[in-house]
Amino acid sequence: MTNSAKTWIDSAILRQAFKDSFVKLDPRNLWGNPVMFVTGVGAALSTIVLFQGLLGGHFDGFVLQITLWLWFTVLFANFAEAMAEGRGKAQAAALRAARTQTFARRLHGQTEEKVAAPELKLGDLVVCEAGDVIPGDGEVVDGIASVDESAITGESAPVVRESGGDRSAVTGGTRVISDRIVIKITAESGQSFLDRMIALVEGAARQKTPNEIALGILLIALTAVFILAVFSLPFFAWYSQDAANQANAVNVSLPVLVSLLVCLIPTTIGGLLSAIGISGIDRLVRRNVLATSGRAVEAAGDVDVLLLDKTGTITLGNRMATDFIPAPKIETERLASAAQLASLSDETPEGRSIVVLAKEKFGIRGRDIASTHATFIPFSAQTRMSGVDLLKTDGVELSSIRKGAAESVKNWIESQGGSYPTEVAGTVERISREGGTPLVVAENREVLGVIQLKDVVKGGIKERFAQLRAMGIRTVMITGDNPLTAAAIAAEAGVDDFLAQATPEMKLKRIREEQANGHLVAMTGDGTNDAPALAQADVGVAMNTGTQAAREAGNMVDLDSNPTKLIEIVEIGKQLLMTRGALTTFSVANDVAKYFAIIPAMFAGLYAATGSSNGPLAALNIMSLHSPESAILSAVIFNALIIIALIPLALKGVTYRAKPAAEVLQNNLLIYGLGGLVAPFIGIKVIDLLIVAIHFA
Amino acid sequence: MEEPVSSREFGQLIFFLVLLIGLTPFIGGWMARVFKGERHFLQVPLGWMEKLIYRLGGVDPTEEMSWWQYAKIVLAFNLIGFLALLGLQLTQAWLPLNPAGQSNVELGLAVNTAASFVTNTNWQAYSGENTMSYLTQMMGLGVQNFFSAATGIVVLLALIRGLTRKTSTTVGNFWADLVRTSVYVLLPLCFILALALASQGVVQTFSAYPTATTLEGASQQIPLGPAASQIAIKQIGTNGGGFFGQNSAHPFENPTPLSNFLELLAILLLPAAIVYTYGVMVGDRRQGWSIYWAMFVIFIAGLGVALWAEYQPNPAMDSLNWMEGKEVRFGTMNSVLWACATTVTSNGSVNAMHDSLSPLAGGVAMFNLLLGECVFGGIGTGLYTMLLFVIITVFLAGLMVGRTPEYLGKKIEAFEVKMSMIAVIAPSACVLIFSALACYLTAGRAALGNNGPHGLSEILYAFASMSNNNGSAFGGLSANTTYYLWAGSVAMLIGRFAVIIPVLAIAGSLAAKKITPPSPGTFPTTGPLFVVLLISVVLIVGVLTFFPALSLGPLIEHLLMQTGHTF
Repeated sequence: MTNSAKTWIDSAILRQAFKDSFVKLDPRNLWGNPVMFVTGVGAALSTIVLFQGLLGGHFDGFVLQITLWLWFTVLFANFAEAMAEGRGKAQAAALRAARTQTFARRLHGQTEEKVAAPELKLGDLVVCEAGDVIPGDGEVVDGIASVDESAITGESAPVVRESGGDRSAVTGGTRVISDRIVIKITAESGQSFLDRMIALVEGAARQKTPNEIALGILLIALTAVFILAVFSLPFFAWYSQDAANQANAVNVSLPVLVSLLVCLIPTTIGGLLSAIGISGIDRLVRRNVLATSGRAVEAAGDVDVLLLDKTGTITLGNRMATDFIPAPKIETERLASAAQLASLSDETPEGRSIVVLAKEKFGIRGRDIASTHATFIPFSAQTRMSGVDLLKTDGVELSSIRKGAAESVKNWIESQGGSYPTEVAGTVERISREGGTPLVVAENREVLGVIQLKDVVKGGIKERFAQLRAMGIRTVMITGDNPLTAAAIAAEAGVDDFLAQATPEMKLKRIREEQANGHLVAMTGDGTNDAPALAQADVGVAMNTGTQAAREAGNMVDLDSNPTKLIEIVEIGKQLLMTRGALTTFSVANDVAKYFAIIPAMFAGLYAATGSSNGPLAALNIMSLHSPESAILSAVIFNALIIIALIPLALKGVTYRAKPAAEVLQNNLLIYGLGGLVAPFIGIKVIDLLIVAIHFA
Repeated sequence: MEEPVSSREFGQLIFFLVLLIGLTPFIGGWMARVFKGERHFLQVPLGWMEKLIYRLGGVDPTEEMSWWQYAKIVLAFNLIGFLALLGLQLTQAWLPLNPAGQSNVELGLAVNTAASFVTNTNWQAYSGENTMSYLTQMMGLGVQNFFSAATGIVVLLALIRGLTRKTSTTVGNFWADLVRTSVYVLLPLCFILALALASQGVVQTFSAYPTATTLEGASQQIPLGPAASQIAIKQIGTNGGGFFGQNSAHPFENPTPLSNFLELLAILLLPAAIVYTYGVMVGDRRQGWSIYWAMFVIFIAGLGVALWAEYQPNPAMDSLNWMEGKEVRFGTMNSVLWACATTVTSNGSVNAMHDSLSPLAGGVAMFNLLLGECVFGGIGTGLYTMLLFVIITVFLAGLMVGRTPEYLGKKIEAFEVKMSMIAVIAPSACVLIFSALACYLTAGRAALGNNGPHGLSEILYAFASMSNNNGSAFGGLSANTTYYLWAGSVAMLIGRFAVIIPVLAIAGSLAAKKITPPSPGTFPTTGPLFVVLLISVVLIVGVLTFFPALSLGPLIEHLLMQTGHTF
C-alpha cells in the first residue's frame, strides 16, 4: 500500500476536500483557528453591509466582489486543511483495510468462543492458527508461528513470532501463515498503534503540538496588532478629513477596513498551519513509520544526538571476508584457494563470504570436489576450527586444511610439529586492532595466511553522517563489540562517538547524560530490555519486529524495522518546522506590498488640490494600480489566491537540504523572506491589470 | 543660507560616534564586574555604603528570589516611590526648601508627574521653574530619576540570569542589584558629570530666584536651583526630565558646546555600554556586539534620514532656512543628533523643539519612539525590550532552520512567545487607542497647537512618547489638560509595567530550562545575517503597526510640504 501513495491531485480527495471546505465554515470549527475566525467575521460583516445596501435599493458591485473574495479566503484555508486530511485519511484507510471485520477465537479457560475483534479486552487470550488474521496488538504467550505482516509493512516475506524473547509482539491485522499461537491482547480496541495513528491524521483527535501552539500565539498576537492598527485608522482618517476640510475624502467604510485587516493578518500561514502539521505526519506514514503523537514528529526535528545500533544500521548484518593476507613465501592465490575449499560447506554468512571473496578476487570457482574425496570438518566449540580433509581415491590422505581462531590453529600446527611464523602472528594482531576478525588458514603443517573478516560499513553511510554533522547532529554508535573493534568501525563509518560493550543499562545512562547536557536524543530499539531507553529517549523508534514492550515504550514504530530510517524521521521533523517558518516569514513579508496597495487607495484624495482627485498620498501608489477599488480588490484577491497557490508547498514541505543552520537560514530567507517581499508587488499588479481588462473594477 | 553639513560638524559627529563605541567596552566591562558581584576598585571607597544599606534595610544580598518574588518587590518598590512623589507634590507648599513659594501641585498633574518619574518616562506636563519646589525636585524627582533608572537595570539583570542559569528556580536578589547599580554605577558617574557640568556654568544652588531689571526697565525673575546634580542623572539615567521647562535648550542646563557634547554622550553612554555588559555576562561578547550593531545601524539610519531632511531646501520658503526651534548656539547638526539620540534612548531631554523639525526628521524622532525604545533605549529597559525582539526574531526565523527555536541554548516556546508579544503590543496598543480617542474627543483636538497632519503628529508623538516611556515632547500640544494628563498617566504605567512583568516572567521561565549546547544546527544569533534579520524584524513590526497612522501624520505632511504646503 505504501508507495503507491496517492498524489495530491487525486480527484476523489479533491471532491471530498471541496465539500469539506464548506462544512468547515461552522464557526465552532473556525474558532480553533483565530486568524481564519477573524477573516470569517470580516466576511460576515461585509455580507451584512452588502445586504443593507440591497435593502436600501442600492447594489454595490465592489462590495459584492470584496465579500465574495473574503469568503473565498476562508474557504481556501478550509480547503487546504481538508486536502491534508483527505490525504491522511486515504493513507489511514489503506491501513484500516487490514483491520476490517476480524473475528477472534477467545479462550475461556479451555473453551474457545468466537467474538468480533473490537470486543476484545485488555488481557484476553486468543488463539490464532494458520490462515487466521490476528485480531489485535498483542504478545505471543504460547507457541511459534510464521506471520505475514505484508498488510502493514509491504514486505512479503513472512516473519517468525514466538513466545518469550524479543520476537513476541504481533500486530493486529496481520495473518498467521503456519502453526498455532496463543496471543495475549495488550491493546484495547481503539487504542492500538494503528488506531492512534489513524486518529492523528483524521483530525478528530489531532492535538496541537507545542511548537504549533507557540506559533499560534504569535499569529494571534499579530492579528491583534493589525486589528488595533486598522480600527484606530478611521479616527485618524476622520481627523485628517476634518483638518483638510474635505468631506468624504477618505474611504473607511467597513468592507474596505475589513479588506485591509484580512490582507494584513497572517492568513497565509494561518490558513495552511494545520495542513502543514497533518502532512508532516502523512509523510511519516508514507515511509511506513507510525507515530503516536504529532509532538514526537516535531521533537524529531530538534534531535541532536542519534544513538544508532551498529549492526543493521551502520554495518551490514554480518562480518564478511575482506582480504587474504598470505604468510611469508606463500602465494595469495594458494591461500585463497585453500580458504575457499575449507569454506565450501560452511553455510554461515562468514563462510559464504570467503567463497565469494575468493571468486571475486581470483576467479577461483567452487571446484568439482567429487574428484577428490573430501571430508568436511564442521566448526566445534572444542577445536574452534573448521576445515576439510582431502583424500586420494585410494584413501591416502592428501592434505587437510583448517581455518579458525589464531590460537587454535597455532596449537594444531604445533601439535603436528609445524611452526607458526611470527609474521602471521603480527598480521593477526594488526587485524584485531583494526576491529576485524582474523581467521588463520593452515594446510597440514604449514600456515598459509590469514583471512580478514570485517564488519562491512554500509555504502554511503559515512556521507550521511557527515551531512548529519553539518546539520549539528551527533551520531553515537551502540555496539556489543570490545572498545578496540568498536573504535575501528566507528572511525570507518565516521560516527562521532561510540558506546562499546553496551548493555541496555548503559544505553539508558547515556541517554540521561546527553539529556542532562541539554541534548535531545533519538534511538531505535527492538528488545524488551530496550524499552526503558526507548521511553527515556526524546524520539524512540521501535522496530515493528520488536517486542510489544518496546513498541509501547517508543513514540514511533517503524513498520519496515529499518533502523537507518531514524535519519529520515529526523529529516521529516526538520522539514515540518522549516515549512512552518518559511510560510510564516512569507506571510509577514507580504504585508508590505499590501500596505502600498491599500493605504493610497484609502487616502489618495486627502489634501488633494482643488480640481485634482489625487492628493499627496497617491505617491505611495508605486504599483500604479488602476483605481482605489481595483487596488483594494487586487490585494484581497492576491491574499486569497496565495493560499491556494501554496497548498502544494504546505503538503510537500519546503525543499530540504542537509546543511548547517546558517546556510539553511540564508537560503530560506532569500526565498521566503525576500521572495515574500517582492512576490505580492508583482502578483497584485498582475491581478489589477486583469480585473481592469475584464471590467471588474 | 544653511550649508550642507559642514566638515567641522561632520568631524564632530564622527568623533562623537567613535568615542561612544570606544568607551563601550570599558564602561560595559566595568558594569559587568559590578553586576556579577565581582571585586572591583570602587568597593574601596564606596563598599561601606553598600554594606550600610544592607544592614539598615535588614537585607541579605545573597538570598535568591524567584521571578515572582522579584517582580513583587519591583512593583512594591515602585508603588512606594509613586506615593511618596505624589505626596511631596500635593504638600510642597507646606514643606521646607521652597524659596520660590510654589503652591501645591494639582491632583491630575501630580499623578501624571508621579507616574512619569516612576516609570522613567519623565514626561513633563509642567515647567519645573514655576511648578516644583526645590524639595520636590531633589527629594522627589531627583530620587526617582535614580530609582527608575536602577529599576530598568535590575529587571534586565534578572532576564540575563534567566538566560544564563541552568534549571534554576531563582533570578537573583532585587536589593543587591538595586544597591550595586545605584552605588557603584549611577552615583559615581553622576558625581563626575555634575562637577563637569557645573564647571561649564550649569547652576547648582539653593538660593531664591534673583530679580533682574531688563533694559526696558521691566522686572524679571531669574529661575535658579540645584540643577547640575539633577541634570547629571537626567542624562545618565535616560530620564530626560529637565530642571527648567526648556530642558537642555535652557542656558542654565546646557551652557556651552562642551556641556552639550558631554550631555549628548551621557544620553547614549550607559544604554550602549550595557549591551556590551550583556555580552560579557552571557559569556559570549559576540552576542552583545550583534545586538549592539543592530541598534547602531537603526540609530545611524534614522540619523541619516533626519540630517538629510534637515539639510534639504525647504520648498515652502524662499530662504533655505530650517533654523526655527533649533538650538541655534550649537547648530542644526547638534540639534538633529540630540533629537535622534534622545528618541532612540528613552531619555527624552531636548535641546531643540521637535515640533520644529522638518516633517521627515520629526517623523524619524517619532518612529524611534514607536519602535518601542529598543534601539539602545533606556538603560536596561532598552536592552530587555530588544531582547524581546530577539525572541520574536529567533522564533520567526528560527523555525526555518528546522528546529524548535532557541536563544543562547534556551528553547523559545509558547510561554516566551506569549509574554514577548504582550510586552511588545501593550505600549503600541496604548499609542493607537489613546491617539484615536484624542482624535475623536473634543478635549483631544482642543489641545493641539497646530492643525492639519502636524496636529495629528502632535497627538501621535505625545502618546508614543508616554507609552514608550521616553518623555520627550513634540511641543505644540497643551499637555496639562485633563485628557492628556489622565490618559497619559495610564499609558505611561502600562508602557512600563506591562513590559516589566512579562520580561520577569520570561526570566523565570528561561531560568528553569536546560541549555542546549550550540552546534552547527543551531540558529546563529551572531554575525551579519542575524544583525540584518533583527533589524528587519524591529523595523517590520514597527512599520506594520504604525504605517497607516504615520502616513496620515509626518508622511503626508512631508509630501504636502514638497508642494509648498505647510502647517
